[in-house]
Amino acid sequence: MTTTSTMSPTTLNPQRVDPSAVVARTTSHSSVQESWVQILAMAWRAVKKMRRKPEQFFDVLIQPLLFTAMFAFIFGGAISGSVSDYLPVLIPGILAQTALTVCMATGVQLREDMDKGVFDRFKSLPIARIAPLAGPMIADLIRYGIASVLTLVTGLVIGYRPGGGVLGCVGGVALTVIAGWSLAWIFTWLGTMARSAQSVQGISMMIMFPLTFLSNAFVPAETLPGWLEAFVKVNPVSHVVSAVRDLFNDGAVTAEVGWALIGCMVVVAVFAPLAVRSYSRKM
Amino acid sequence: MADLSAVRAESLVKNFGDFRAVDEIDLHVRQGEIFGVLGPNGAGKTTTLRMLATLLPIDGGHAEIFGVDVRREPHRIRQLVGVTGQYASVDDDLTARENLWLFARLQGLTSARAKTIAGDLLERFGLQEAADRPLSQFSGGMRRRLDLASSLITRPPLIFLDEPTTGLDPRTRGQMWDTIRELVTDGSTILLTTQYLDEADQLADRVAVIDRGRKVAEDTPDALKTQVGDSSLQLSLADGSDTALAADVVRRLLGEEPVLTPESGRMNIPLPDPNRAADVLISLREAGLGISSVSVAKPTLDEVFLALTGHGADEPQIEAVR
Repeated sequence: MTTTSTMSPTTLNPQRVDPSAVVARTTSHSSVQESWVQILAMAWRAVKKMRRKPEQFFDVLIQPLLFTAMFAFIFGGAISGSVSDYLPVLIPGILAQTALTVCMATGVQLREDMDKGVFDRFKSLPIARIAPLAGPMIADLIRYGIASVLTLVTGLVIGYRPGGGVLGCVGGVALTVIAGWSLAWIFTWLGTMARSAQSVQGISMMIMFPLTFLSNAFVPAETLPGWLEAFVKVNPVSHVVSAVRDLFNDGAVTAEVGWALIGCMVVVAVFAPLAVRSYSRKM
Repeated sequence: MADLSAVRAESLVKNFGDFRAVDEIDLHVRQGEIFGVLGPNGAGKTTTLRMLATLLPIDGGHAEIFGVDVRREPHRIRQLVGVTGQYASVDDDLTARENLWLFARLQGLTSARAKTIAGDLLERFGLQEAADRPLSQFSGGMRRRLDLASSLITRPPLIFLDEPTTGLDPRTRGQMWDTIRELVTDGSTILLTTQYLDEADQLADRVAVIDRGRKVAEDTPDALKTQVGDSSLQLSLADGSDTALAADVVRRLLGEEPVLTPESGRMNIPLPDPNRAADVLISLREAGLGISSVSVAKPTLDEVFLALTGHGADEPQIEAVR
């Protein structure tokens, strides 16, 4: 929407409102540029909320520390023979798992948020329907970033030495952030569909656990029974984990990286429109 | 301004499952007026407003706002209408200033412009001192004012107010009324819902009375009130056996039928003009009839309702709803 002088003055004695002029100025939808400004405004809101409620960062801070150390020392010997041999397998797996946990929080928080009165206003404003969904997801990039870096640092502290060097690590973290953001659309869609935040939490758990544990995140796929191995190999999380391993451990941009990115794009292409549609219908 | 209606809704229908919340309601709101939708809780007022504001899909009928089709062009409608809900639609996690800035940004104002407007509105609504405090410290009245301020950022030509004063104390209520009147002098049109006849009376140019999803009347507040008498004189006779005599006196004097209440010796007398209360009392004394208590009461929404839906015998389908 354009702002002209007749629309904006709010002094005590403003120019009179002229309805026909306002009607003539209306547009049938938000332009791409307007939508982008709206998404950024919603992202600003989400960041403000994060800063005021730091307890939201609990999962992002604790999970990387706790799970990395715990899984390494418990499964290290059994799966790879030693903790140090397991770390190159484990760290990318934990990264994927942490990213999915953050995704889940995205859906739950959106649902909680949508129940608040302010969403009535968002719906009544002439803004792109995607803005209230995409805004918080941009803010969540911060959370993915913190979680990924923290996981990697914990790994380094307990002895992980990635062969990919700094560039490989940056690449791996970047891929995790992209993957987390893409998969979050699934949970955002759930958030717009479900009746309550609790139900989003419940359904998300049922999706998240199979997605992470029925992947190669913690164990080599070859050790699984054939039928399970088949599922593990098509699971997008497996591709992300393999791609992050290639980047971390070898610094190599392999075909897996390509597959992971394609998988992410497919998820966004399917679930972003579904989420927007379900959000618009909810009104 | 051409004779363009602000709102033109025909046969609006909303169903929630089997329950018909809004049943073929017509609304015609003229430009520049305050139009009141009056009805008890659950009558369908809010649902009607939400449909017109594109917050609920319209199940049947047709609605236009300033000539723009509500169902076909929701994005345009949202640029024409400012909505202030029954429960303040502001963000509790932000301050008042941040709320206004966010809503202004979302509507395409530049950051600097949004800041100026937020400041202006905070000043206009007396929220300057509280501007940077969290909303959890706001009183009900302050939240309502912030909510209304949020609806005015782009100065929409049509403003929906859903029960703007429900739950406010009398003083805050009076302030809200003043603010609403001010908006109309700016050229805005207002569609408001209320449960209170006196609020409709104070503010609205015309009123539609809604009951169980149907419009049962539409008129000026004065015309509505005269249907039940402007006010009523309630008296208790000293001697209950005089009731018939007293009723006779009233009938002869005012030409109105007093309403006898179940308690013996009590009656409500509709008064087209409150000044005639004295005449009634004098006549009763002249007739030698003693009075034990007397009061003059304004008609309540209940009475208007009874009067309007009382001849509801011709609307037996009301019973069928629900």
